[in-house]
Amino acid sequence: MSSSVITANHDVAVHGADHEHHDDGSKTLLGFWIYLMSDCLIFSALFASFAVLCNATAGGPTSKELFELPYVLGETMLLLFSSFTFGLAMLNMYAGKRNRVIGWLFITFLFGAGFIAMEVHEFAHLIHEGAGPDRSAFLSSYFALVGTHGLHVSAGLIWIVVMMHMVGKFGLNDAVQRRLSCLSLFWHFLDVVWICVFSIVYLRGVL
Amino acid sequence: MFGKLTLSAIPYNEPIIMGTLLMVCLGGAALLGWVTYQRKWGYLWTEWFTTVDHKRIGIMYVIMALVMLLRGFADALMMRAQQAIAASDAAGYLPPHHYDQIFSAHGVIMIFFVAMPFVVGLMNLVVPLQIGARDVAYPFLNSLSFWLTTSGVVLVMVSMFVGDFAATGWLAYPPLSELKFSPTVGVDYYIWALQLSGLGTTLSGINFVVTILRMRAPGMTLMRMPVFTWTALVTNILIVAAFPVLTVALALLAADRYLDMHFFTNELGGNAMLYINLIWIWGHPEVYILILPCFGVFSEIVSTFSGKPLFGYKSMVYATAGIGVLSFVVWLHHFFTMGSGADVNAFFGISTMIISIPTGVKLFNWLFTMYRGRIRFTVPMLWTVGFMVTFTIGGMTGVLMAVPGADFVLHNSLFLIAHFHNVIIGGVIFGCMAAINYWFPKAFGFKLEERFGRYSFWCWLVGFYLAFMPLYVLGLMGMTRRMNHYANPDWQPYLVVAAIGAGVIALGIGFTVLQIVVSVRNRAENRDLTGDPWGGRTLEWSTSSPAPFYNFAVVPQIEELDQFQVDKEHKRAYKRQAHYADIHMPRNTGVGLFMAAFGTVLGFAMVWHIWWLAIAGLVGMIASFISRAYDTNVDYYVSGVEVEKIERARLVPLEKLIDHVDPASAGQKVA
Repeated sequence: MSSSVITANHDVAVHGADHEHHDDGSKTLLGFWIYLMSDCLIFSALFASFAVLCNATAGGPTSKELFELPYVLGETMLLLFSSFTFGLAMLNMYAGKRNRVIGWLFITFLFGAGFIAMEVHEFAHLIHEGAGPDRSAFLSSYFALVGTHGLHVSAGLIWIVVMMHMVGKFGLNDAVQRRLSCLSLFWHFLDVVWICVFSIVYLRGVL
Repeated sequence: MFGKLTLSAIPYNEPIIMGTLLMVCLGGAALLGWVTYQRKWGYLWTEWFTTVDHKRIGIMYVIMALVMLLRGFADALMMRAQQAIAASDAAGYLPPHHYDQIFSAHGVIMIFFVAMPFVVGLMNLVVPLQIGARDVAYPFLNSLSFWLTTSGVVLVMVSMFVGDFAATGWLAYPPLSELKFSPTVGVDYYIWALQLSGLGTTLSGINFVVTILRMRAPGMTLMRMPVFTWTALVTNILIVAAFPVLTVALALLAADRYLDMHFFTNELGGNAMLYINLIWIWGHPEVYILILPCFGVFSEIVSTFSGKPLFGYKSMVYATAGIGVLSFVVWLHHFFTMGSGADVNAFFGISTMIISIPTGVKLFNWLFTMYRGRIRFTVPMLWTVGFMVTFTIGGMTGVLMAVPGADFVLHNSLFLIAHFHNVIIGGVIFGCMAAINYWFPKAFGFKLEERFGRYSFWCWLVGFYLAFMPLYVLGLMGMTRRMNHYANPDWQPYLVVAAIGAGVIALGIGFTVLQIVVSVRNRAENRDLTGDPWGGRTLEWSTSSPAPFYNFAVVPQIEELDQFQVDKEHKRAYKRQAHYADIHMPRNTGVGLFMAAFGTVLGFAMVWHIWWLAIAGLVGMIASFISRAYDTNVDYYVSGVEVEKIERARLVPLEKLIDHVDPASAGQKVA
């Protein structure tokens, strides 16, 4: 509106992502922690909904009839191992070993993809048996809670692929390290959420 | 191919809607034509649409809020007109289905697309300037937040002309909002508009919490932050903690409507009260998200125009934080009638009443700040005093309804409507109007002229009392909310008075528009050359008006609460430096706008079940976000020489002006 508007489009010194002056990464990490806490609230609300609706089976199948603990334990193990392998990727990042980072990320991806495959198979099996999300409020809340976690893991898988490419393209510069740290937080966070899913949805449901 | 979308989705046979569409098309064409004629597209694109400058994003938020205020207020006028005539045998001019959409759209627009953009815009404009920062923590994310809010606005506006809007009330309570009872796309528009803008708001919340916690000027401890920044901090913590719950509530409703799930349906174990609990776990903190920044605005204004430091700064901070915590333990007072039993209702009734204590502390602080001050009754101060009276009345009727027994009588009556308009207009709207008048010179470099500002204030104040005091009476007489028609002729006179009140408020809005137009025309007379037109106390007044894009040539050192005031008193303000360092700045980007455009496509496609387009929108959003991560050219340096040039242009003439005025009041007299 003022006549002496000053443009912010300068063509002076250009700096790459490896040249972060004002952010040593800690600002991004703090923001990411806060994001994770808000995501945690999304899961809290879903857990609360599940707690309200878990007995509303409407004459349909109950958790005791549906869930197979050994199968879910297998899923759990895949996810826990993927967290371990992500930890190894991070150790290699600190050691500056670029190819090993990519390697461990790839192994993490395989574990994560295996987890998702098992979950999809489980969902398909349930729907095939007539225990789909439209059968009862209990099953709606089950599919929503577990499915939201699955969507998060899938997003994490896409992120892992992008980061593998970035490590290859840019090396382990500041920006890449910062993003890997965020992804690491995200991945471990999903593990923690899954532990809650395992205990509250599956263990409580079967025992 | 196009899902449920056919040409019959356009309501050809509704003359009111088609007339509006015609007006929108003509107005839009005129605006686009004018921009093209002036050859301003390039300017708009490089300087505004792709900007990551928090001040410009803030200005765009406020403009959006003002535009949407016109839309939301048009809805209000239509409702008031309908209720003024639809008594006994008269049916009024709005059929029920249209009327129901209007009151739903009015609520949604006023809360999500007027009040929220207002307060988020103000925080954008002011917070970095008040803490001595050069931008927010994540400038790109900030731009994305703004454009996602725009996506929501676009969807709500499109719903008027393509399909329909929710006819469920502003919170879309199930089972009414379920597919069985709302089979049209109205509720879907509602869901996707709020999901997109809600995502933007959550990202804003994260952005500002980090900005305030990590980017304050050296020496500015938490207890040296200006009160507005304090209220912004608490507000953004509330946003981060509350909006995820809204996301879940709407997602579950969408799951019911799209995937045939049974969260809130009447059949197969669904529980509608679950939705109502979730939505109010977000909804009650939301009203404090709106009002707390306005409390901050009033605190700044009272202190500036009383020429005194704020009375009880610490108690103000603790009261703000206390309200923030308490706002999460009162949600059930929105549905005492749910039947949770006397003990639960008593808990929530008492916790609600307790909130009036920190709020009372604030009111007394403002009063004691004014006590023995040299009060200047400028336009911002008028709004502030009007607020103090009006908000107190609204607060007291709120405490009335916090008594569960009384609430069983008043629930969903016009008494409730009067109460929340009393606090939202008296608090949030008055606060935003005060803030616009107060910070306008900081944004644009000239003051708003006073006369039409005063007219606007008096119209709003008188209009508000005319429009809503009758509603309290009607509520006690038993009139419930959202009535398209009523049989009791005794109610009509009150509703006529209320309609007249709405007309007076319309005059007030007109005067605000006039005030802005006249001020822009006469801007040469109202230039703010000092950067401190009011004799302000906080850092934003120490830089020029409008603030340079880097905000501060030298990051200030903070030793006191009102550092700038102290600097002025000791003649340390406006010091020129011999040498300026290079300044590191973020580069503009259009990615936020592109992502939001894809988001709009996604939302629209989901509304109409056009699955391929929805997938395209989602993939577009993700791909543009990833492409941003590969962009390494995201920042640049402003050279110290250029900074010196800009600073000299302001400070050299200023030094001459200040030489012969009293430094303590330098700002006011020079301006």
